[in-house]
Amino acid sequence: MTRMLGSDAILRSLEAEGVEVMFGIPGGAILPTYDAIARGTTVRHVLARHEQGAGHMAEGYARASGKVGVAMATSGPGATNLVTAIADAWMDSTPIVCITGQVKSSLIGTDAFQETDATGITMPIVKHSWLVQDVRELPQVMKNAFHVARTGRPGPVLVDIAKDVQEAELDFSYPDEPDMPGWKPPTKVHERQIREAAKAIAEARQPIVYAGGGVLNADASPELLALVEAGGLPAVVTLMGKGCLPDSHPLNYGAPGMHGSKYANWALNKCDLIIAVGTRFDDRVTGKVSAFAPGAKVIHFDIDAAEVGKIREAEIPVVGPLKLALASLTREVRALDQHERTAWHAQLQEWKQLYPYKYRKAEGVLKPQTVVEALRDLAAERAEDVVWTTGVGQHQMWAMQYIQCEQPRTFITSGGLGTMGYGLPAAVGAKAARPDATVVCIDGDGCFQMTCQELATSALEGLPIVVVIVNNGWLGMVRQWQELFYAERFAQTHLTKQVPDYAQLADALGCAGFMVDNEDDLESTLRQAFDCGRSAVVDARVDPDENCYPMVPAGAASVDVLEMPDEDFEPERITG
Amino acid sequence: MTHHTVSVELEDKPGALARVSQMFARRGYNIMSLAVGPTERRGVSRLTLRVDCSEHSFEQIEKQMHKLVNVLRITELPPEESVERELALITVNAPPDKRPELIQLGEVFGARVADIGRETLTYEIVGRPEELDAFEELVRPHGVRELARTGRIGLRRPGQAQARRRAAAIS
Repeated sequence: MTRMLGSDAILRSLEAEGVEVMFGIPGGAILPTYDAIARGTTVRHVLARHEQGAGHMAEGYARASGKVGVAMATSGPGATNLVTAIADAWMDSTPIVCITGQVKSSLIGTDAFQETDATGITMPIVKHSWLVQDVRELPQVMKNAFHVARTGRPGPVLVDIAKDVQEAELDFSYPDEPDMPGWKPPTKVHERQIREAAKAIAEARQPIVYAGGGVLNADASPELLALVEAGGLPAVVTLMGKGCLPDSHPLNYGAPGMHGSKYANWALNKCDLIIAVGTRFDDRVTGKVSAFAPGAKVIHFDIDAAEVGKIREAEIPVVGPLKLALASLTREVRALDQHERTAWHAQLQEWKQLYPYKYRKAEGVLKPQTVVEALRDLAAERAEDVVWTTGVGQHQMWAMQYIQCEQPRTFITSGGLGTMGYGLPAAVGAKAARPDATVVCIDGDGCFQMTCQELATSALEGLPIVVVIVNNGWLGMVRQWQELFYAERFAQTHLTKQVPDYAQLADALGCAGFMVDNEDDLESTLRQAFDCGRSAVVDARVDPDENCYPMVPAGAASVDVLEMPDEDFEPERITG
Repeated sequence: MTHHTVSVELEDKPGALARVSQMFARRGYNIMSLAVGPTERRGVSRLTLRVDCSEHSFEQIEKQMHKLVNVLRITELPPEESVERELALITVNAPPDKRPELIQLGEVFGARVADIGRETLTYEIVGRPEELDAFEELVRPHGVRELARTGRIGLRRPGQAQARRRAAAIS
């Protein structure tokens, strides 16, 4: 027991949880805790420029490291600015602890200055939240908060701490154990279910593994790889799962879904057994649910029972930790003779040959896909690891299609919420987690303008990142929908390529700025940005008319994949 | 659509009830009735919830509730294996000449007279919710001025209670 202030107790709790870095911005109601930071802590504080940025940094850190991310903000607008990041973490199951200051207990409920009901506002988008009004509860609340964030299906929690609690004294000792009788995430898997799953796999003629972000969250990539190889099972990997199975693996057929390949969508739709692992049958993958994989039986592995059977009924539900479940399943699968599947493998290979990702190059125009391919090739020759982040939109889908990820936790993107502006701050957070790696944010011009102030954070905190803006001058994905589904009525989607001048903006924010608008200078420009030794922004001005294909129109069956239209198609220019 | 009654043991913590009701609202489930009160254990409240939804939705509701940190236990209360009661207070018009008839009517149904005013009479009736419905219909012609019902509460019948706590598909 040590006598100390609540504010110091918050930091001692973070230290006890092994927190190395947190992201935040001070303000009135959290000031006592920042004063405690001034008194000293082993936790590094990264000063963001906007609380949303701090939240996404915490997410990027969590996704790159596998640890819990921490964001700190003041009451009122500080807390509300965190809301987007909390919602994002909720949708993508990213473990973060958000600590917000709250007005003094005596003022709560009086509409005091900078008072908002932070726990109320965030209630639908957190796993749990606490409003601390008694300093004696603080250590146990902190223990519980970290425990909830990281156990079961990971996700965000919020700890809202009244200012007077931060200023009050307590006898501090950090509890060893959480104290929440109602929190019982599954820790075991049912062996009988595993055996049934193994049997179904062995009997399947056309099985497909459908792996998602849950595999990464569970650090179960080695177990997934072992399963895939033990059963000779082809796999598709969702956007959120990218990296959980090496993209170069011959059994990895890449991403299904709205902008996934035709072969991955067909593999998933025409199989006779779906082995879903840490994935939730999102509408961006299934398309029209009633038409999705009509001939398939489903085995669904997930840590969250509520995901099993939510969208698609699972004939064999297996609820529990994926690492355990997959290891156990692999043992069972090895013990069984697998049904003969030569025809299925040949079919998948044929589709893969017939329907690769492709685009048409054109004279004098830089294609966005070319930029992504150049980045992929540049990354391949680097000695260090490359960690990718993206914003949301066309550039994100091209990154999904063309970037090669061989390692888990190297592709960090906003999937469920689709948060534009996620990529840049997430890259800063990822860099804090992986100082040894080159962190590259593939961004859109629309996304970049939502959170680009965090370039200052990157520059000043010594967290250098490379931001490559796939600048088409439009809110590109929205423009694409307007073109295809709204009769080319391009309402409010034109941003222009020239304003802002991204290279100058980068310079103003303490980063190196580059611009490239042709293929000849592309590689050398990217190389300069990678090697400039500080944060860099590359404004890659690309074809504004390029659409992202293939595409499954919203609401259509995901087997009905639209390939790039054929007019003027010149096969010799196909790449990819 | 089927009616489901579910009994939820909930930690008596600030915001706990809000978290449950919020989850229903946000996922589009409609609560028909909700009653909250203490249990035999300190710090634990019991919610009795009545929902009208499909079997699939009900399974989702249970699973989503299981994930709430303050929820300790969820028990479905099938009608044949449970005791369910509800209390209603019903104030009806009761001019002096009508009173004997109204009091007699109440006696048939086991409704007590909780209060008598100059022109009104207030019944207090405890029973199965369906019995309350029937009584309500019966007194309605006399002019119901105000009516309040607690919402149903329920317990599993001893001996059957342990049976089917649906542990959220951890099958």
